[in-house]
Amino acid sequence: MSLFTRFIALLLVGGLAALAGAGAAAAQTVVGVTATEIKIGNTNPYSGPASAYGTIGKALGAYFKKVNDEGGINGRKINYITYDDQYSPPKTVEMVRRLVEQDQVAFLFQTLGTPPNSAIHKYVNQQKVPHIFVATGATKWNDPKSFPWTMGYQPNYQTEGRIYAAYVLKNVPNAKVGILYQNDDYGKDYLKGFEDGLGDAAKKLIVLKQSYEVTDPTIDSQIVNLKNSGANVFFNVTIPKFAVQAIKKSNDIGWKPLHFLNNVSSSLGTVLKPAGLEASRGLLTALYMKEITDPQWKNDKGFLEWVAFMKKYYPEGALDDQANAYAYNVAILVAHTIKQCGNDLSRENIIKQAANLKNVELPLLLPGIKVNTSPTDHAPIEQEQLAKFDGEKWALFGEVLDAFRK
Amino acid sequence: MDIFIQQVVSGLATGGIYASLALALVMIYQATDVVNFAQGNMAMFSTYIAWSLLQAGVPYWVTFGATVVIAFVGGLLIERVVIRPVEGAPILTIVIVTLGLLVIFTSVAGWIYSYIQKPFPSPFPSRPIKIGNIVFGAHDLGAIGITLVVLLLLFLFFRYTTLGLAMRAAAQNPVSSRLCGIRVSWMLGLGWGLAAAFGAVAGMMVAPVVFLDPNMMGGIQIYAFAAATVGGFTSPLGAVVGGFLVGVTENLVGTYVSFIGTELKLTVALAMIIIVLLVRPSGLFGRTTVRRV
Amino acid sequence: MDSRPGEATAASRPEGGVAHPHATARATRPVGVTTVLVILTVAAALPFFVSGFRLFQFTQVLIYAIALLGLNMLTGYNGQFSLGHGAFYGIGAYTTAIMIDRWDIGYAWTILAAGIVCLVVGFLFGRPALRLEGLYLALATFSLALAVPQIFKYFEHWTGGSQGIVLSKPKAPFGLRLTEDQWLYYLTLAVTIVLFVLAWNLLRGRVGRAIVAIRDNHIAAEAMGVNNALYKSVVFGVSAAYTGIAGGLSAIAIAFVAPDTFDVFLSITLLTGIVIGGFGTISGAIYGALFIQFVPTWAQDISKAAPWAIFGALLILFMYVMPRGIAGFVHLVWIRLTTSAVSREPGR
Repeated sequence: MSLFTRFIALLLVGGLAALAGAGAAAAQTVVGVTATEIKIGNTNPYSGPASAYGTIGKALGAYFKKVNDEGGINGRKINYITYDDQYSPPKTVEMVRRLVEQDQVAFLFQTLGTPPNSAIHKYVNQQKVPHIFVATGATKWNDPKSFPWTMGYQPNYQTEGRIYAAYVLKNVPNAKVGILYQNDDYGKDYLKGFEDGLGDAAKKLIVLKQSYEVTDPTIDSQIVNLKNSGANVFFNVTIPKFAVQAIKKSNDIGWKPLHFLNNVSSSLGTVLKPAGLEASRGLLTALYMKEITDPQWKNDKGFLEWVAFMKKYYPEGALDDQANAYAYNVAILVAHTIKQCGNDLSRENIIKQAANLKNVELPLLLPGIKVNTSPTDHAPIEQEQLAKFDGEKWALFGEVLDAFRK
Repeated sequence: MDIFIQQVVSGLATGGIYASLALALVMIYQATDVVNFAQGNMAMFSTYIAWSLLQAGVPYWVTFGATVVIAFVGGLLIERVVIRPVEGAPILTIVIVTLGLLVIFTSVAGWIYSYIQKPFPSPFPSRPIKIGNIVFGAHDLGAIGITLVVLLLLFLFFRYTTLGLAMRAAAQNPVSSRLCGIRVSWMLGLGWGLAAAFGAVAGMMVAPVVFLDPNMMGGIQIYAFAAATVGGFTSPLGAVVGGFLVGVTENLVGTYVSFIGTELKLTVALAMIIIVLLVRPSGLFGRTTVRRV
Repeated sequence: MDSRPGEATAASRPEGGVAHPHATARATRPVGVTTVLVILTVAAALPFFVSGFRLFQFTQVLIYAIALLGLNMLTGYNGQFSLGHGAFYGIGAYTTAIMIDRWDIGYAWTILAAGIVCLVVGFLFGRPALRLEGLYLALATFSLALAVPQIFKYFEHWTGGSQGIVLSKPKAPFGLRLTEDQWLYYLTLAVTIVLFVLAWNLLRGRVGRAIVAIRDNHIAAEAMGVNNALYKSVVFGVSAAYTGIAGGLSAIAIAFVAPDTFDVFLSITLLTGIVIGGFGTISGAIYGALFIQFVPTWAQDISKAAPWAIFGALLILFMYVMPRGIAGFVHLVWIRLTTSAVSREPGR
């Protein structure tokens, strides 16, 4: 029995110790910030099936190293902490709690992926931690009423889907649309935007929808079905690997629809070239960034600046990977936001400033596309422009489209 | 009718992909009684080696031969260095070691070559072959041909050579084989080497279709498991037939059973595997083992 | 198959009826009780010593331990290989999430429901799977693990499709002054203790011997009057139920479920857990849970460039040093220590 008594005693001692500890913790007001440093947190998939995105987290780190080498922001160095979440929501929750509770970062940014961010959405808002420029194209990050601490970054997938739908309604009489999409949140989001954009006509115009799983080796079967459906418009919602296959296969079997390729796979170097430039001629997409493998930008100031950065600070990163360009833009935006905060780096001011960005230009955004936010608008980039592949480059056409100016 | 034939043709093409890796899985299972989870990723890594050689300007068929040899030696070395220390341990221990290899190969490939997909050339013409309205990819036909050649070699090797016989014996009954003077441990190494070589061939045939990236074999290995299961893990012929069967069934189900559509086609393919197993617990071509009490 | 450390412990008990150096038996009993009490004390006092984040990690460890115990019953004790327990974990998680989110049922009930649903699904799956052995069973269960995420996505109306379901964390009931993390930890700890005691009772007695006998030689077991079919499918069901309860708890702890969380990797991770922890042992579930919770994090702290390479190397290293898992290793060390102490005794 003596063991049991000791057990109870230990419990009591533990309880007292905890009460004593709880009082001491609440003193600090500005979390993650000292006179010489600001601590910021991020999660990325460095391992696991989505590790291709891991380069974003590394490129972000490389940019902050550059910032620190140049003396930091307002005299503060950036202490960038990034953890591997393997693109798995439970792991993201764990790592984000580590960042918030243990490392005590000032804010979170660029946490990657829709399911991982969904898992921490409520938590970060309860904890009142700024959760900004998340790396996903879902729509729900722009909801400042219910989630005032969360903010998106890139144009969302639904908006892009709507842009294509509007084009079809306006320019293609007798459209018969076939859709290929990835069976997950990303694919479904594009699909929803497109269907919403077509409105009542959706039922009539869409003749066939085909899905695939990321684990599928090929999508040949789906393409064959789409051709057979008689579709003359093809909305291609696939990641690069399958986009190449889709372009190649539809060309091989002699299916020549009006082909909308989602922005996710618009890379010239990793998608269009492998699929064949001739086969890619006539593709349509909506862009908001300069496509770094597109020859039309090879003398562009922003592009050259990025190349110089990559060579000096991230030499192991690939120069044909759009993700590295994406990260460069975001990192600059983060640095801009911190700078705009001045000396008040409280979490309240960080989210306030992030929601007060006016016409910020980033080196690798298309000319005319700017970052704008407000307390009621947590979607930084909302503009895109249509482009057609002319066999050599993405030829931009029409005006810059604004999602909110319907 | 055209659509039916076209779906069967494209099912055969993807089935050929499954079959080629399934062959390597069956090979190693026959030779060592172990399922190697790293098989696909070893194949992926071999393909990267081939890619490096091609980048260096080595002609295709020289690269092909060199890669097969490198893969063979690599597989042998892995068995000697990594697997050997756990040779006598329970099967599951070895399985976990192969899982360790799987993540190491993925990670190292990503580290060296980055995760961006790379195009990989095919030795066959890129122009598709058309018969009426039906289109064949020349590469698909060529890849199926190579898979069948490998199958034939495997069959001849296990059936007619003393070495093949010794290998089978070593896997099935190591103790008796040792008594007969077979160097069991080396036979296992040889098995790994051969499986890795077949894997390399599979990788080089798969890469032109799905493009080369460190996760290239992930999905394919799952289907290769399915193919080997349907066909029977003890039969190379079964693995190839299983591969084609899985590829074609999946396509036809996705096309013709409308309430399933493409969203559940994987599920249906898997359900069929389980049904096949229930009717023939060792796969279509597998041998049922009888155990003595 | 040759003998495992787990069997050696079983044999050292008097009802095992196997001759064994009784010195070890005498030495093991009281020390074993003390060890368990010490572990329980530490576990119960933990919430007062560590931060909310750490506590969350340990809650995860307990959840994994339950899942691993379930899998170990099936694979370790009964010899039925499963590569698909991630599916049951997922089914449990979704059962809980759907009941809380769509039907507003108290979360405590949903954990029970998760167990019952998985018990039924497991039993039904285990029944036809009786015909399959070894590798083929492993691959049939593997198929299940592959199919389940796709099924979750398909029934969008209930499951929220690929967007998943977001839940709220429960607050401590009865006016207890505990944080959400502390309450969740205690809840999980209580469930863990109940399930471990149940498993221990089940596995050490007549039923346990029958289960192990089927693994070691099913034909002989049948001849001794053990109903193979019944035992195997019941074990399958119970094992699935354990893993399902773990899944249900995880849904509450993470407060979010999404279909792709329950992929093949989860099943493989669980299998890794029991082999690393100790095949066919109860304590192995805890060691394995600690491993799968903490080692990947260490790996990324060592190298960001290629965290998986480090993890893979650690996995292989563990298997070299402890081919019978951590539990086997601990047992071996324990035997060495006690037998040398005992053999010194007469010399005094």
